[in-house]
Amino acid sequence: MLIDYLPILLLLVFAVGFACINLALTHLIGPKNPTRSKLSVYESGVQPIGNTRQRFSIRFDLIAMLFIIFDIEVVFLYPWAIVFKKFTATSGSFILIEMLVFIGILFLGYLYAWKKGGLSWD
Amino acid sequence: MDLPLHVLIISSLIKILFAVALLLIGVMAMILAERKVSGWIQDRHGPNRVGPWGLLQPLADGIKFLMKEDLIPTHVDRAIYVIAPAIILVPALVTCAVVPFGSSITIAGHEIPLQISDINIGILYILAITSLGVYGVVLGAWASNNKYSFLGGLRSTAQMISYELPLGLSIIGVLMLSGSLSLRQIAIQQGQGPQPWNWNIFIHFPAFLIFTTSAFAETNRLPFDLAEAEQELIGGYHTEYSSMKFAMYFMAEYMHMIVGSAVAVTLFLGGWHFFGLEKVGGPFWSGLISFGIFFLKTALFLFGFIWVRWTLPRFRYDQLMNLGWKLLLPVALTTIVVTATVWAFTQSTVLVGVLNVVAAFIVGGVLATALVMRREPEPVDDRGVLSFMEESSSYKEEKHGN
Repeated sequence: MLIDYLPILLLLVFAVGFACINLALTHLIGPKNPTRSKLSVYESGVQPIGNTRQRFSIRFDLIAMLFIIFDIEVVFLYPWAIVFKKFTATSGSFILIEMLVFIGILFLGYLYAWKKGGLSWD
Repeated sequence: MDLPLHVLIISSLIKILFAVALLLIGVMAMILAERKVSGWIQDRHGPNRVGPWGLLQPLADGIKFLMKEDLIPTHVDRAIYVIAPAIILVPALVTCAVVPFGSSITIAGHEIPLQISDINIGILYILAITSLGVYGVVLGAWASNNKYSFLGGLRSTAQMISYELPLGLSIIGVLMLSGSLSLRQIAIQQGQGPQPWNWNIFIHFPAFLIFTTSAFAETNRLPFDLAEAEQELIGGYHTEYSSMKFAMYFMAEYMHMIVGSAVAVTLFLGGWHFFGLEKVGGPFWSGLISFGIFFLKTALFLFGFIWVRWTLPRFRYDQLMNLGWKLLLPVALTTIVVTATVWAFTQSTVLVGVLNVVAAFIVGGVLATALVMRREPEPVDDRGVLSFMEESSSYKEEKHGN
């Protein structure tokens, strides 16, 4: 089983090598004549006002948290989906009811998030 | 895998070289195709100066990227700034490992599957590795220390993680009826039984639409390219990048598109199967033919990417989030419930296919109507923002010059 991952390891080495060679080549081949305006922040030629490191909308954080919660629930569905067909053939619809309960709880949480305005962006 | 170790290593190395070369050539072909098809759609020529019919244009672009000045601006976070393009390029290259690009070829008595590695968690591997690409975007954007990059990076990150949910959910229906996470197994099962009705696109049509939409959003393509909306954000998260580093972001985006199309073809469009054509010829030629079929299907799907780009206008950000969270997510959940229930009681793929479409149509229709009919939001009161800018010290300095 573990031997299946050997080609992936080879590919990973290859990919990292390719990325590093690209970075190195462009560094070595390209000309070097930096000027002051080239090295400054690019804002379409306008003098930048203030720093980049400022507060940003809390919405992005909220989306990230909701994502983690729902993504974990999706991950729980994967093993269930794999055994679904086998189980319905042998032990009937018990596995279906189990999943309906799980998705029901997930859906309640989803409705709560929607109701609280967690999913809106305005 | 019952190949001897040396055969395994040699065949893997050949397959890796082949797949990577194919990906890189695919990226070049896509760049040319994108510009040529754009030209065709907009009734103009597109690139036609370098080589016959502009064929050498991507090569010229690549050389030019290498020869350009590798500029590292003074205000960036150097280490992360340099590494970020590699962080996005490596996952893009590594994802192709589990995509089966053909059935199998028999050489010297060894049956070699046309796939770098057939691991039994194929789809989880793809989901896990593609999500790593987000790090390249967010780190590059943060390290650039530029407001446009930062905003582009934020938008793109939020968009990518939002659409990962419908993407992950849409696959579950397919997994339920195939009972395997291995992409090869899923492709093989679609070849059994009557074609093309056994392809997953007919059994899980709503899931296919959700998967495709999410794939567009994941690759930051139009109509979801808010992360690099040129008119408002210059170039988005790669504004401060130049030379090959910029090209690496570009390559990664196209590789994601190519691998995404290949995965869509494997999961929904029957993989390398095409009405029995894949079985023509001996154990050697059938492998090559199956690869050709897979290649053509992927190319068609990629053409769809370009076509959609010039058909649909860009979304607004709240529309984008609404579509992902309030439409695609519930519809994807509905298809899971419907697929599971119908299968548990009838065990008929025909009924699953029909009722999936009906249920998705009803739920999607209701939700879409609710979203469209919703009262328009009040105009934003931006006086608070303005007074904040007045108070910010740097703005004051600029204004009063003290």
